[in-house]
Amino acid sequence: MKVPFAIKAERIAKHYRLGTNPNVNRTLRDVIVDSVGRLGQLARGNGNSNAGSVTDLWALEDISFEIQPGEVVGIVGRNGAGKSTLLKVLARITEPTRGRVEIFGRVGSLLEVGTGFHPELSGRENIFLNGSILGMSRKEIERKFDEIVAFAELERFIDTPVKRYSSGMYVRLAFAVAAHLEPEILLVDEVLAVGDAAFQKKCLGKMSDVARHGRTVIFVSHNTAAMLNLCDRGILIDRGRIVADAPIEPVIQQYLKGLRTVTPWDLSTFEDRQGKGRVRFTRVRFEDDQGNPVEHGVSGKPLVIALDYHAESSQPLPNCRASVTFFDGLGQVLFNCSSELVIQDPITLKPEGTLRCLIPRLPLSQNQYLLTLFLEVNREVEDWILNAVELDVIDGDFYGTGRLYPDGWRGKGVLVPHQWLTQ
Amino acid sequence: MVPHLVIEPNRSRLAFDLRDLWRYRELFYFLTWRDIKVRYKQTALGAAWAIMQPLFNMLIFTLLFGKLAGLPSDNIPYPLFAFAGLLPWTFFSNAIGNSGNSLVGSSHLITKVYFPRLIIPAASVLAGLVDFFFAFLVMAVLMVIYKVPLGVNILLLPLLIFLTTLLAFGVGMWLSALNVRFRDIRYVIPFLIQFWMYATPIIYPVSMMPERYRPYLAINPMTGVIEGYRVALLGGVNGASINWQSLGVSIAIALVVLVYASYDFRRMEKTFADIV
Repeated sequence: MKVPFAIKAERIAKHYRLGTNPNVNRTLRDVIVDSVGRLGQLARGNGNSNAGSVTDLWALEDISFEIQPGEVVGIVGRNGAGKSTLLKVLARITEPTRGRVEIFGRVGSLLEVGTGFHPELSGRENIFLNGSILGMSRKEIERKFDEIVAFAELERFIDTPVKRYSSGMYVRLAFAVAAHLEPEILLVDEVLAVGDAAFQKKCLGKMSDVARHGRTVIFVSHNTAAMLNLCDRGILIDRGRIVADAPIEPVIQQYLKGLRTVTPWDLSTFEDRQGKGRVRFTRVRFEDDQGNPVEHGVSGKPLVIALDYHAESSQPLPNCRASVTFFDGLGQVLFNCSSELVIQDPITLKPEGTLRCLIPRLPLSQNQYLLTLFLEVNREVEDWILNAVELDVIDGDFYGTGRLYPDGWRGKGVLVPHQWLTQ
Repeated sequence: MVPHLVIEPNRSRLAFDLRDLWRYRELFYFLTWRDIKVRYKQTALGAAWAIMQPLFNMLIFTLLFGKLAGLPSDNIPYPLFAFAGLLPWTFFSNAIGNSGNSLVGSSHLITKVYFPRLIIPAASVLAGLVDFFFAFLVMAVLMVIYKVPLGVNILLLPLLIFLTTLLAFGVGMWLSALNVRFRDIRYVIPFLIQFWMYATPIIYPVSMMPERYRPYLAINPMTGVIEGYRVALLGGVNGASINWQSLGVSIAIALVVLVYASYDFRRMEKTFADIV
C-alpha cells in the first residue's frame, strides 16, 4: 500500500517540571504536608501563593516535520537539546504535552542495546526476551536465531548465563539482536558508541544495509562521520526547537560550527575537555614562521600553532607528548601532528610555557578546519580538547604553479605534494 | 495493511486499547516466563520455597493458634483449616507484593521501549501461579493424610482461582502505579499485607465472629474467597456449603477494584516514563 508519509509531526511540544514538583515523585508525606499547608494558607486568606520553586522546562517546542518512507534522517544537537526526548515521543515512551504525530508503519525503537537483558538468563533466553521486548514475534526470532548468534560470534557460549559474559560479549549479543530488527521505521539513539572498533564497523555496515533496504530510519548520534555515511537528511535541534532541516552535510557543518561558542583563542575557562587536568592548555595562537601572529592559514605557507600551557605544580614535566589533530568541517579526521613521531627522545617541559608546532607548507585548501589538542605527561592524559579551535585557511599557491584546487571538486581538503611523470 | 498510529496527548484515557494489548501478547508471555525462570534459577531451593512459606506458616499457626490459643476451626483439623486459608493467601499476598513493586523495578524497560505498561504487573501476578500450583500439591498431600472426602464443591476451584488472580491483579496494578508516583508505597505494601491478613479469616473462622460483625468482615473481598476455598477443598469434612452471598460480594468488589484500578492506571500510565 502506498502511504502518504512515514512520520508526520505537527507542532509537538514536551513540557517537564523540575525542582520541587507538585505532581511528580513526591512522597505521601509531601502530599500531606502540602495539603495541611494549603489549608493553613486558605485560613490566612492567601491560598494562591504556593508556587514553590518549580522550573518549567520545554524540552521540545513546536517541532514539525514530515519524513517520507525510505528516508534516513540524522538528528543532531548538543546534549540536552531535546533529541532523545523527540525520539521518546516518536517511540511512544513518553507522551507529548501538545501536538500530534502520525505514523504509517511498524515502529521499532532502539534507544539502548540490551534493553531487558537479564544476567541470570542464558544468551539464548535473552535473545528471545530482548527480541520480544524490541517488538519481534516469537516466530521471527526463531527464524533469525542462528543468524543472530553468528553475528554475535557467540556460538559456544549461547547457553551460558550472560552474567558470565565479558562486557564485549554482552554488547555483541545485545547489538546482534537489535541489528536483526526489521520494522518499517527504526528509531536509533546513540547505540553505535559501543563495543570495539571492529564490531562498531560491523554494526555500521549492518545499519547501512538497513538504510539501503528502503526502511525509514531516524538516527541520533554524536558520531558525525557515521551520520554522514548513513543519512540523507539532517535535522538540527537546539533548545527544543528545530533550527535546520536540510541535507545532512550542511546540517552537520552548522552543528559543528555552533559547538564553538567560546572564544577559540582562550582555553583557560573551556570546560568541555578530558584528562587529569594537572596540566592544561590555556591559549592557542596562530603564527607565521617569523613569529608574527596570523588570523588564518594559507595553503602552502608555513603555519605555527602556538599552544600556551600551565601546570598546577612547579615541577618539570617529564616524558611529554603533544599532538594537534586536524578535522574538516564535517568532523572527519584529516591528519595528526604528534610530537613523538618527529622527536626521537622523550621531551621534558617546564611547568609553564608555550609549545609550538610548525607545519612548513600547510597542506590544506580553502575552508574551515577544527583542531583537537592533546597533551600527555608520563603516560597519563592531562588535557584533551576535542574541536578546541577553528582554523580558517585561505587558498595559496601550494603547488607553485599558480593553480588553486577548484571549489566543488571531490577531494578538496588535504593537499598532497605529487608529480606526474608523462614520459 | 500498513499500521497507522496517531500520537496525541490524552488519547483514549478511559479504556485500555485491547487491540494493542493483543498485539503485545507475546511480550506478556515472555515477561511472565522470565519472572518464573529467574525466580527458580536464582534461589538455591527453587520450588521448595513455594512450599515452605505456607507450610511453615501453617505449622506456626497450628502451634500458636490451634494448640496454645485453642481457636475453633469449624470442626476441621486445625492444620488443614489453616493451610486451606494460607494456600490462596500466600499466592495473593506475594502477587500484590511483587506486582506492586514491578513497575518501579522495570524502570529500565519503561524508559527505553514502548509496550502497554499493564503487562508488567500482570506478568508478575501470573508468574505467582506456579508457586500456587506447588503449594496445591502440599494441600493434596495433606488431604490424603487426613482422608478428606471430595465433594462437588471442588468444581468451584477454577472459579476461585480465577477470582483470586483477578483481585490480585486489580490491587497489584493499582499499587504498582501508585508506587511510581509515591515511592513510599514500597514500605506501605508489607504493612498492608500484614494488616489485611489479620482482617481475613485465615487463622480464625468467620463463625467465631459475633453475627452482627460478619457483614463488615465480608466487605473484605478476601473473606469470601478464603471461605470459598475452604468449602471447595474441605467441605467434605464438616458438610459446610458455599456462602454465595459472601462470594458474590467478593466478585462484585473484585470487579469494582479492577475497573477503578484500570482507570487510575491508565491515567497515571502516560507519565511513568517521565518520573519512574
